[in-house]
Amino acid sequence: MDPLTAPSPGGPRARVATVWLGGCSGCHMSFLDMDERLLDLAPRLDLVFSPIADAKVFPEDVLVTLVEGAVCNEEHVEMARRVRARSRLVVAFGDCAVTGNVTAIRNALGSALPVLDRAYRDAADLQPQLPYEPGIVPRLLDRVLPLHQVIAVDAFLPGCPPHADLIHAILVDVLEGRTPSLQGKLRYG
Amino acid sequence: MTVKTLTLDGTPVSAREDETILDLCREHGVALPTLCHLEGLSEVGACRLCLVEVKGSPRLHPACTLRAEEGMEITTSSERLRRYRRQILELLFAERNHVCAICVVNGRCELQEVAYAVGLDHVRYPYRHPATQLDASHTRFMLDQGRCILCTRCVRVCDEIEGAHTWDVAGRGADSRVITDLAQPWGKSDSCTSCGKCVQVCPTGALFEKIQPAGGGTKHREFLTYIKNAREKKQWIR
Repeated sequence: MDPLTAPSPGGPRARVATVWLGGCSGCHMSFLDMDERLLDLAPRLDLVFSPIADAKVFPEDVLVTLVEGAVCNEEHVEMARRVRARSRLVVAFGDCAVTGNVTAIRNALGSALPVLDRAYRDAADLQPQLPYEPGIVPRLLDRVLPLHQVIAVDAFLPGCPPHADLIHAILVDVLEGRTPSLQGKLRYG
Repeated sequence: MTVKTLTLDGTPVSAREDETILDLCREHGVALPTLCHLEGLSEVGACRLCLVEVKGSPRLHPACTLRAEEGMEITTSSERLRRYRRQILELLFAERNHVCAICVVNGRCELQEVAYAVGLDHVRYPYRHPATQLDASHTRFMLDQGRCILCTRCVRVCDEIEGAHTWDVAGRGADSRVITDLAQPWGKSDSCTSCGKCVQVCPTGALFEKIQPAGGGTKHREFLTYIKNAREKKQWIR
């Protein structure tokens, strides 16, 4: 059965994921602010990957993934592409994913190097050096990007953070087979 | 005074000859987004959001500077107009650094309101993120060029209402920016009367009041000379 139209109490549970890229996790805090509505959602979905779930590998066949944060480093690019390949719907979750927001303020410095200098060399008292651990510390991108400039995005949920009511509305839209829409409810910041 | 008759989205309306199409839209409850327009200031047609179609004319016209004429047929909403309005807003957001989450007018911003009205949920153009200047030299007000959309309301209110003409626009194209006097720091401006009208009319957070108790950090060290002279020389002069 089509997971977009199927889920209902007793039916197959929708596979939902959330991902945390370059953001402050505030969007995930707002996700938790759905409060008792989380209990209503719980029987209808499986949270198959999330910073608040114990999964190490992003799984296959996900119905919808909420992606918090802007794309700031090579690991984010890889993760975004993996999410796209394995999710039916991708939602840009919060202002950083939608616009770059605070995370992208560093773009005004031009590239990654002056940003690293500002943090690790200019301000260091002892042994000023740039972090270099290939395979462990991902390289910063020269420019922080909103999610839709890296992968195709199906729906945009702005807000810093998005209000829990809007997160709930988007999830219910998806679970009930509707195209997620924030018509008339948009809010940035 | 001659009365003009014309149609607004197919509805026959009448207008005085000094009325603009924007006046007519407001009068008849036709929603038309604007940013550079402000009741009480002259019209400049800078933001292009109020563009309308006029039957028989191949180009689009800003409603705020377009006078009503006999027999005009005006369309205020079409697929083309909606597309352009969205593009204009996307370009405004992409051009400078509009970071709503850290802006003093977040939730009370006209740029946000207009963007919500056209349903702008994301910007398709790459953000430029230019390195813009912040002028905090004035004792009471600040200018964040990153949030300026060049509507020139500040320029007009300062010239037309306050009569100081402290503000002007310098540069060309993407390098255009509002300046005080001859591009001196605002706090050094001789012509600024510190009336704050520019701050009140600014549609975004580009111009804003310092939220700290303004001037609260100023030290008045002359008190020491005054007290010493008063106590020792009995001279009670400031």
